[in-house]
Amino acid sequence: MTPLLSVQGVTKHYGPHIGCADVSFDLYPGEVMGIVGESGSGKSTLLNCMAGHLVPDSGQVVFDTRGHGPRDTVTMSEPERRMLARTDWAFVHQHARDGLRMGVSAGGNVGERLMAVGARNYADIRAKATDWLGRVEIDAARVDDRPTTFSGGMQQRLQIARNLVTGPRLVFMDEPTGGLDVSVQARLLDLLRGLVRDMGLSAIIVTHDLAVVRLLADRLMVMKSGRVVEAGLTDQVLDDPQHAYSQLLVSSVLQV
Amino acid sequence: MTERAYNFAYLDEQTKRMIRRAILKGLAIPGYQVPFASREMPMPYGWGTGGVQVSAAVLTPDDTLKVIDQGADDTTNAVSIRSFFQRTAGVATTTATRDATVIQTRHRIPEEPLREGQILVYQVPIPEPLRFLEPRESETRKMHSLEDYGLMHVKLYEDIARHGHIATSYAYPVKVEGRYVMDPSPIPKFDNPKLGNMAAIQLFGAGREQRIYALPPYTQVVSLDFDDHPFEPSKADHPCGMCGGTDSYLDELIVDDAGGRMFVCSDTDYCEGRQAAGHKGKDAA
Amino acid sequence: MIELHNVSKTFTLHNQGSAVIEVIHGATFAVAPGECVALTGASGAGKSTLMRMIYGNYLTQAGEIRIGGVDIVQAQPREIIALRRDVLGYVSQFLRVVPRVPTLEVVAEPLRALGVPAADAQARAKALLARLNIPERLWSLSPTTFSGGEQQRVNIARGFAHAYPAMLLDEPTASLDAANREVVLSLIEEAKARGAAIIGIFHDEAARARLCDREIDVGRFSPGLAA
Repeated sequence: MTPLLSVQGVTKHYGPHIGCADVSFDLYPGEVMGIVGESGSGKSTLLNCMAGHLVPDSGQVVFDTRGHGPRDTVTMSEPERRMLARTDWAFVHQHARDGLRMGVSAGGNVGERLMAVGARNYADIRAKATDWLGRVEIDAARVDDRPTTFSGGMQQRLQIARNLVTGPRLVFMDEPTGGLDVSVQARLLDLLRGLVRDMGLSAIIVTHDLAVVRLLADRLMVMKSGRVVEAGLTDQVLDDPQHAYSQLLVSSVLQV
Repeated sequence: MTERAYNFAYLDEQTKRMIRRAILKGLAIPGYQVPFASREMPMPYGWGTGGVQVSAAVLTPDDTLKVIDQGADDTTNAVSIRSFFQRTAGVATTTATRDATVIQTRHRIPEEPLREGQILVYQVPIPEPLRFLEPRESETRKMHSLEDYGLMHVKLYEDIARHGHIATSYAYPVKVEGRYVMDPSPIPKFDNPKLGNMAAIQLFGAGREQRIYALPPYTQVVSLDFDDHPFEPSKADHPCGMCGGTDSYLDELIVDDAGGRMFVCSDTDYCEGRQAAGHKGKDAA
Repeated sequence: MIELHNVSKTFTLHNQGSAVIEVIHGATFAVAPGECVALTGASGAGKSTLMRMIYGNYLTQAGEIRIGGVDIVQAQPREIIALRRDVLGYVSQFLRVVPRVPTLEVVAEPLRALGVPAADAQARAKALLARLNIPERLWSLSPTTFSGGEQQRVNIARGFAHAYPAMLLDEPTASLDAANREVVLSLIEEAKARGAAIIGIFHDEAARARLCDREIDVGRFSPGLAA
């Protein structure tokens, strides 16, 4: 089986500082991988390197493209990479306003990716957008409202709809439940889990919330100071952590 | 100060060369916005500083200049620019579309079809069609270079969602030769079909934004739309009150305090030409 | 079906003076299809630890744990994930679910993960919940609000939704009343009868006597004895 994403020796420095160093792993179709670590551990840098937002200093990010099989996205041309970013990839930002167009209606936000890949039938675009609002539990009557009138949880769900409308195969998520109320988080987690299963998505979730990865991720990577210190099955890493830092991380979580 | 204190057509020759290079590049890449070092002109931004610099760079002593503002030869802006070039270039001027070799315009394309050898110079306030949705210049440039134009249709989508139809009625975005999305300046969308396949050269100058772009003769220009909401050039559904014409773009005039109004051709030269030929509208004296 | 060979486990507590504690040493045994084996031993002997190792939840330092041909000790995470989806079931003592998800979906989920259509998966889930005496009015609610006994039964329903060829049961009859205990015992007997290899921890001696073909004293694998 070919990995959907194969990351090999990805390293990114910020001047003399290490962003992330020598990260390698394979992600297979349908797998959800969590990346945990404290602020500054390099998990967001790594995510941005994989998603093409940052150029790594060295290393490869090989994606199994639909048309041409495995390709290194670091060295492919920008038009190709952008095409991947709006078809096969999705990126869910921590802050919905970074991932939404706040001045554009909910329907326009969801429809943008469709139009970017050539959809030119207004009725079809609107029908798809409305369908997706339903799937993320937003009332279809809100299709013409701007996200500025939405609650934080709704904005985050709208961002997810906007990203998934083109049927991507790989979703990058940066703290997708950060900044949301606990009850809103639970609803979002449930939604994400259902979408991941029903669409057969692969996902990489960066978070510092161990409860989120336990519920969403099959596999887990623990990062510290830009390096991966431990990786494995999510429940194994959380219940039987091997590295000193993972043990500290797991034991630091407050029990409710 | 004598008028000979100025170089021909106000700008110095080095500046004109710089602008001509930008124009030639624009003509070579239709629809592409070429940056240029816009000069301070003796008029405020927004009054046509971009168009004036382009006109100054293309004028020769043998040219005949026509200047229109919203189609009219006799508004303040048109009169001022015409007299500016009369004084600084000493070129002949005209109000007749067919007699002009260079026509500087604000917000209209003349009704009378232009011919080869003529140059139409547009004054452009905001050259970037993506600007209202994407404020970052670095990002819009990248979007143009990668033909990443989904956003342009988002604008039209929003129009239909809000108004039931594409409500954009001027500065209606077009795609040039299947490549660059271009802002045609704030001309009414009624004029959009004239942009394509035009015999004359079309040059666009944005002074404040420091951009020049161009359409060489006979360029393919397509107005953006949806399959189920096709582009429709529109105008007021009336005949001209003065000349009775039914196929020209009309201005609506309020004529009294009782709500009385009339519709007249915005292209004054066209309207006068028709009246001289004996056509008469219902409001004509 | 389940084979352990010379399996050892140590915990290294990096944040407590790097203490190294060996808890299992040289565990070797096998469970055949249709066989039910009980793990016994005093509290703290490592019954749950060994079971978690077999499930891949705890990392094994040495030896082999083969389940249907896959060595859990060496397997890649995705192989273990596939094994858990298709082959290896685990009924733990605790229910861990996304809050807000209805009970019916919690129980149907293992089947949905296998690609069973939603309607079929829900039909199976309904049958199990009914059999385990979970009132129908609770099916649309999240089990997180249920009593301990109800949660335990939801957990069992979920664990028996798919007919796993190998099953691990950690105290499946704890905190159940007589009637529900009987239901669970018959579910286990049915699993045995269809050929599942089962490893269980049962404090309930009567249940152990009724279900289990053999007992394995985990104390045998405690490092003190082996040394």
